[in-house]
Formats: sequence, C-alpha cells, structure tokens
Amino acid sequence: MSGVLHQVLSGLATGSIYASLALALVMIYKTTHHVNFAQGEMATFSTFIAWSLIEAGFSYWVAFLLAVAVSFVIGLAIQALLMRRLANAHVLSAVGVFIGLLLIFNSISGWIFGYTVKAFPSPFESGNEKPVLGGYLSAHELGASLVTLAVLLAVYAFFRFTTLGLAMRAVAFNPQSSRLVGIRVDRMLALGWGLAAALGAIAGIMIAPIVFLDPNMMAGILLYAFAGALLGGIDNAAGAVAGGFAVGVIEALGGAYVVGTELKLTIALLSIVAVLIFKPNGVFGRHVVSRV
Amino acid sequence: MTNSAKHRLTRREVLGGAGAMTAAAVISQRAAADDMPGVTATEIKIGQTMPYSGNASAYGAIGRTELALFKMINDQGGINGRKLNLISVDDGYLPPRTVEQTRRLVEQEGVAFMFNTLGTPTNTAIHKYLNMKKVPQLFVATGADKWGDYKHYPWTMGWQPSYRIEAQIYAKYILQNLPGAKVGILYQNDDFGKDYVNGMKDIFGDRFDKLVVKAVSYESTDPTIDSQIVTLQSSGANVFVNITIPKFGAQAIRKVYDLGWRPTHFITNVSASVGAVIKPAGVEKAVGIISGVYLKDNTDPAWANDPGMNEWRAFMSKYMPGADLNDVNHVFGYGCGLTLVQVLKQCGNDLSRANIMRQAANLHDLDVKILLPGIKVNTSPTNYHPIRQLQLAKWNGKTWERFGEILSATAT
Amino acid sequence: MITKPGLLAQTARIPERNAIVWRGAIVFKLIGLAAAIAATFVFSGYHLFQLTMVIIYAIAILGLNIVTGYSGQISLGHGAFYAIGAYVSAILMTQYNLPYWATLPAAALVCAIVGFAIGLPALRLGGLYLALTTFALAITLPQILKYRAFEDWTGGVQGIVLAKPDAPFGLPLSADQWLYLFSLAVGVVAFVLARNLLAGRIGRAMRAVRDHPIAAEAMGVHLALLKTKTFAVSALFTGVAGALGAIAVQYVAPDSFSVFLSIVLFVGLVVGGVASVAGAVFGAAFVVYMPNVAEKISKAAPDAIYGIILIAILFFAPSGVAGALARIAERVRGKDRFKDGIPLQGGTR
Repeated sequence: MSGVLHQVLSGLATGSIYASLALALVMIYKTTHHVNFAQGEMATFSTFIAWSLIEAGFSYWVAFLLAVAVSFVIGLAIQALLMRRLANAHVLSAVGVFIGLLLIFNSISGWIFGYTVKAFPSPFESGNEKPVLGGYLSAHELGASLVTLAVLLAVYAFFRFTTLGLAMRAVAFNPQSSRLVGIRVDRMLALGWGLAAALGAIAGIMIAPIVFLDPNMMAGILLYAFAGALLGGIDNAAGAVAGGFAVGVIEALGGAYVVGTELKLTIALLSIVAVLIFKPNGVFGRHVVSRV
Repeated sequence: MTNSAKHRLTRREVLGGAGAMTAAAVISQRAAADDMPGVTATEIKIGQTMPYSGNASAYGAIGRTELALFKMINDQGGINGRKLNLISVDDGYLPPRTVEQTRRLVEQEGVAFMFNTLGTPTNTAIHKYLNMKKVPQLFVATGADKWGDYKHYPWTMGWQPSYRIEAQIYAKYILQNLPGAKVGILYQNDDFGKDYVNGMKDIFGDRFDKLVVKAVSYESTDPTIDSQIVTLQSSGANVFVNITIPKFGAQAIRKVYDLGWRPTHFITNVSASVGAVIKPAGVEKAVGIISGVYLKDNTDPAWANDPGMNEWRAFMSKYMPGADLNDVNHVFGYGCGLTLVQVLKQCGNDLSRANIMRQAANLHDLDVKILLPGIKVNTSPTNYHPIRQLQLAKWNGKTWERFGEILSATAT
Repeated sequence: MITKPGLLAQTARIPERNAIVWRGAIVFKLIGLAAAIAATFVFSGYHLFQLTMVIIYAIAILGLNIVTGYSGQISLGHGAFYAIGAYVSAILMTQYNLPYWATLPAAALVCAIVGFAIGLPALRLGGLYLALTTFALAITLPQILKYRAFEDWTGGVQGIVLAKPDAPFGLPLSADQWLYLFSLAVGVVAFVLARNLLAGRIGRAMRAVRDHPIAAEAMGVHLALLKTKTFAVSALFTGVAGALGAIAVQYVAPDSFSVFLSIVLFVGLVVGGVASVAGAVFGAAFVVYMPNVAEKISKAAPDAIYGIILIAILFFAPSGVAGALARIAERVRGKDRFKDGIPLQGGTR
C-alpha cells in the first residue's frame, strides 16, 4: 500500500509541474480565447534569462524578478507586433503563428545557451538538507507547489476582484461590446499576453530545478499542461491547477500499476479524453450556453 | 548466459572470414574501374546529414565541430594537398529528410562519401541506398550494433562502441561480481534503450527474467522519471542499470539518492559526462556509480593537463570560440574527424570510393588522442566496429576512477 | 517545379465555392498536368524524389484540409493517420507480399475506419478538445507502434525497410521516374475526388456546419454523422499519402512519425491556404523546400529562420498563399468580376 502512496506523491510532484504551466495557458485563454502552443518554449527562454542573470552574479530573487519582468515585456511585444495585426485573421493562422513562435524560441534558446543540461538553483533548498517525506517529495517540489497555489490565488483574485481583471474577461467574452463601453481592447489583450508570459516565467523557474534546464525542457510538459487545463476546465484557474495535479497522479498510477510504462502516455491521454467525453467542459468548467 | 554471447561472437567470426573475402573481392574488383567521384586535385567533397533543427538538435554540435576541425586541417594545408570540403546539411532527425538530403549530396553535389551521419533511424533510412550506390557511409554517429554488418553492408561502418557491447560488459560484470543481484532497469523507449536491454539479454539469457526484477521505460518527451524510480526501488532491486540520455540520467541519480535507495548503479557512457550529468545531479550524489567509458571526459579534472585533451582545448578555443566546453559532443566530433583524417591520409592519391572503404577497414592501433589510454581504433575487412573497447570506471566524487583491464567484445 | 505554379495558380483563382468550372480552366489544367508529366523526363532522380514528396504531402494536407479547413475542426494529429497508412502499406508489402499499389486501397480503408472511430468523440468534443484529442493521438501513436505486442508486425523501434518498386511492363523508366508518375496519378485522382466531394452537396453541408452549426442542424444536416464521416474521409486521404510516403522513402519507423509530422502538415495547411484545394500543393511545396532554405540561411538555428518565414507568410498572407494569389488575381482581372468570391461569368485569359 505504501507503494501506491509513494506513486501518488511522485505523481503530485510531477503534477505540480503541469499545474504551473497550465496556469499560464489559462491566463492567455481567459483574455484571448487562444491556446498559445509557444507558451512552454517562451517559459524556457525566460528561465534561461534568469539562469544567465544568476550566472552573471545576480542574487536569486533579483534574477527572478528581472526575468519575470523581461518576460512580461516580451509578451506585450508579441501581442503588439504580431497578434494585434492578426486580430482579424483566421483562428488557424493564429495557431500557425504560435507554431512559428515555438520554433523560434526553442531554436534561439539552443543557439544562445547550448544544449547541455544545466542545474538551476532552488530558493527552497541549499542542496544538502535531508529530503522531506522520505525523498518522495523534495523540499523544492513542496515549495514550488506552494508557489503555484499562491499564483493561483493571485490569478483568481485578479480576475474576481479587480476592475482590470473584469475588463480583461469582458474583452475575451465580447471584444466589440467591450470597446463600446470604453475598454481599451488592445491594451487588455497585450496585458493578457504579458501576464501569461510572466506566469510562464515563474513556472519555468520553478520547474527547472526539478527537470534540469535545457532548450527542450518544456516540450513534453506543454501537452500535459494542456491536457490538465482542459481536464479541469481551461477557463477556470483553480480547475486547471487541479487538472494538472490530477494528470500527474493518473500518469504515475497508470504507468506503475495498470499498463506498464511503455504505454503510460497512451493510457494517461486516453483516460483524459474519456473524462472529457463525459464532462465536455472539464470537470470544473462552466457550461457555456451560446445564443443562437 | 555468457555462453550464448560467446556463441554469437564466435559464429560471427567464423562466418566473417568468408563474408569478408567476398566483400573485399567486390571492393577490389570495383577499384580498377572506379574513377574518383567528389575528388579533384585540390578538394575532397564529403557529405553529412545532421539534426541542426528539430528535437535532436543538441547533436548538431558534432557536425559543427567537424566543420571546424576540417577548417583547421585545411588551414594546415589539407591532406595530400587537398582541402576537405564537408557539406553538412540538416535533416531534422527525420528519416524522410535524411533520404532527400543524402540523395542531394550524392546525386547533385557528387560527394565522395558520407561521413558521421547522425542517428539510428536516419542512417537506417539511407543504409540500403548508399550500399546499392556503393557510396561509403563512414563512421556513422550512432551506437546501434547493426553498423558493423560488413557482410551485408560492406559500405557502412560505425565508430563508437555499440550500445549492445557496452550492455554486455555491464551484464558480465554483474554476473561475475554481484552474486545475488536483483537488477532493475530504466531504459528509454526507443532503439537506443532497447539495444542496451538486448545486450543484457545476450548475457543473462534464460536467466534474464529471474535476474531482472523490474524493467521500466520512459519516453524522451516525459518531463520526469520519478515515478519509474519509485517503481524500481519498491521492486527490491539492488542493482540499477540506468539507460538514459543526460537529462534523465541526472534526474535519476538525484532521485535514487534522495530516496535513500543505494543500489549498485550503472550508467551508460551516453550519460557519464561530468559537466552535463554528474555535476547537475550533484557530485556527492553520484558517488559509487559505475560506467563503461572510452572517451576522455572533457569535464573530468583527471584530464585537465592531458596533452591530447590540451590539443582539443587549443582547437576549441581557436576554431570554436564561445562553444560550450561542457558538451561531450565536441569531443566526439573531434575524435570522429581525426579518424577520418587518418583514413584519407592512408588513401594517398587513390581516393576512389573503393579505396576509401578499403583504408577505413585498414586501421591498426590508431591512437586518437581523445580516447582513453590503451583504447585504440582498429578495423579490418572483418571488423567494422572501429572502437570496441571500454574500461569500467567508478565515480569517486571527484573523477571517474578507472579500474580493471580494458574490456573488449572480442575478448569474451 | 516550374510546372506547379502553372497548374496551381490556375486552380487557386477559382474560389472553392465555385461549381462552374470554365473551359479555360480545363485547358490550363491539362497544360499543367502535361508539364507535370514532362517533369519526369526533365529532372534528375533527386529532384523527382523531392517532387514526389511534394505530391505526397499535398495529398496529406488535402486530407487535413477536408476536416480542418472545410469542416472547421482543428486536428493537430493528422500525422497519426499518415503513420497508420505508411505502416499498413509497409506491413502488407513485407509480411503479406502484396504489391505496393495494392496496399494503397488497404491503407485508405484502415485509415477511414480508424478516422471514423476517432471521429466519434468529435461528436461530443469540439474546438480545443478535438485539438487535444488529435494532438494526443499523434503523440501516443509512436508509443503504440513500438509496443512489444505489435513488434512482429511493426518491427518495433527498428521499423521496416522496404524495397523500391521498379517500373512495370518493362517501361523504360527509372524507379524514381516511375514512382513520381505513380504518385502524380494518385495525386490527380485524389484532387479530383476531393474537388467533387467539396463542390457537391456534402461539401456545402460541411461548410454550413463550419460556419453556422446550429443553422445547419436546423436545415436538416445530421451534424454528428456528417462530422464523423468528414473525419473518416480526411483520414483516408492522409492515410493514402502515408502509404505512398512509405513506398517513396522505403522505410518506416516510429521516430519518422513523431508529433512533429502533424505540426508540419498543419503548417502546410495554413501556409497553403485554409479551405483551398490548390493551397494543399503550395503548402506541400513549403514544407518540402523551406527547411532547406532555412538551413542555408543559418546552420546555427534553422528552426528560428523557418519560424520567422512561417510567421512572415501568415503576416502578409493571413489566408495562405492560395488566398493571396486569389486576391492578386482578382485585382488583376478587375474586381467587378468577382462578387463574394463567385465569378460572375466564365472568362478566358
């Protein structure tokens, strides 16, 4: 029985990775109704920025804040330079642009920073303390999960209690009407992009100590984050985080006890799709009623 | 069982004799009629496919190193007055593109031969084509065992010790030194991982299922392998064979340590780099790990003042300034390049494809200075595995401490 | 290569809504086809191989276009159908000694069945959820192909190496030439079938579902069944392309069909032009030739160059190459001739 518990713990640890990136996906979805497939690679790039700053001698938290700020600006810039002009283009063209961005960020990360695996420091451990919970969860994994929850609370409060958050939701829901009531639609969209990139940076910096930093760090994570977000409901930050954790646990248990590791991925994704068939808006998602 | 491996190898050698004679006969017959495609009085044109794009782009460093190395050779006057013109093109690690690019190199560019093309699936896709066209496919950059099949593919040759041979060495070590071993295996679910598992099977034979208490796989796209390590630990294994690429190698070392699991831990030489695996994982967490190595590790302090590695460092600082000195691919590419240089020197002025192949199969105790002391490059018409030696080494917290004699597949 | 624009600039101008195919168009098409056939004897083996790959990708992208472009359901996993088609062909050729041409209908059938089965969830899931399902399919398929239980058929991680077909009936053609002509013939049949399908009743129903699903349902379109059938047909086309691809490349392996292939097909779709039959060929040309161009520009980061070119095209031609050409053609002919994209009368050029 302890075996199951250990698998659940390691599933939760992995799930925290998915959850943190899922939050960034929710952010961009809530403001633009797009799923940014380049989110993971942008986050990796942000993490490399933080890494270079730390290498250059900056303290961890200065590097952290600078990287998040730079990522925010990159997000704004992408919206202002690219997405704004493509506002009226086909939704598929937007997906095409995301794929382009994915390739660009991935390739540039490798070109500038190299492909060797790099250790990334954690603010929650000095490297030599005793592992917590018998090593099934590291201090960093616990800390990173708490950061994810804190970010979740902040995102929730932002959308729920601030007028800015309300305005952003309005823009996503109905840009025309928003413009009519005086909301600067472009600004809101840019802000959404900036915030999503910033959340991605936080996710990347929290993930890197666990999986090690390399240009392809997020390649596999994005799909799971996407699946987690949809499982929980992509318009619901709390749902997405829960979905991320759930995917981690499903995957660990499925691989260890159900089908073996060679079909682990297959079974994880199949079960997610199965859930979605019965709960098409995600487990915590709102059912959207569209007007005819 | 040791016997079955012995069997396999002996049979290979017996059959080899006859096969090699035909192969050699075929090649020498051709030689007379062949002109020298891709070769002029001033230049030798060489083709190569590399994953400069796509998810294997980390290996692009090998191609870039070879381009730089040949520039250095050319700066020094080339080989017999001929400059090396390496046309290294991107295939994105996608077999259909490898076919397309290889055909371009052979049919349009008219290269003399292909050199150090990277990847198992990619090389498999052009294996038949190049052999039918009788274009040498020299020193392919992959550790699959099939590149030494001189009988059926006399125009293809590997370079590094094959994964399978390496795994056999670990398996033999386990049988001889670790009585009561309960083996847990973690392998990447692709040709690389499965070759190692097959190598273990060669030696363990019927006892594989009894000796190996648990074998689990991971996908190269998985974010972590934590769950797999937990599974292996709870299986009661006391020997851990870690068949992973560097990122997961480092993750596994750390996780095994954090769990308080203390198995006898073997890691493949793919992930034995000090700078790219051991240091990120934590030097103290890796103490006691065993690997079979053949290259001098560019990040191991043991080689800080080694003349061979100093040559490499001088080359890197002059011809690849700014490149990542932790990256073992730079050493690998340098070694392959130097081996080729020797082959071309041996060719003299007969740079026909047949003679290039004949000289590639005619290397005797070649000392490539980035190989460990005592490990030499040897080929013959019946040996298309240029490097088949490894030495076991144990990580002592500071360096890879080599122990025991140099092991080779032929010595079994 | 000169041949393609000839054939396609031509078809590109015809908006797909148009059921009237005027005579001039047929003439141009025949000229284009003749040029494509002539290419067999003009180009060398390597260039013919590239053209063959363009045709194969064009068929695959055409399949994707049917479901994504015309029916509005985003599929990020069509590489999976390409892979299934390729494996069906490879397994039948090596295990059952079927001639290569006979494997195409089998690949088509298998992919249509799998597509129908995958399409069933599409009844319930739309939009992003379908994107995830298909994306997941593309990611898991290599894992399934590697699975131990199927290793006897699939060759596991090692894949299957195939022999190249020679020209039949003692025709004086090289294997490359024959394969090119064979692919061209399959391609022409596929494009004609697709055109007829999309121009007919089913095509109209599909577009109605894409643009106004609720209205379409009210008009009596059986939404669920139509969507599933569409998915099946789409998978069929892409599967045939996969089978041809296996024959042309002479090798299938799980790693040839990573999720990257699905992304490549998707890129071909948006670059060529969504909901454009001709666009499939432009898109295919892009995915075959552009990586080589990108690599010539920078060996350090070819993907970055590729990404920049991709974004630039979408930036300046948001409706793809076919869409941009159609607009240019409109401007050249004078706008009055087109109203809502429908030519008012047939014309000559």
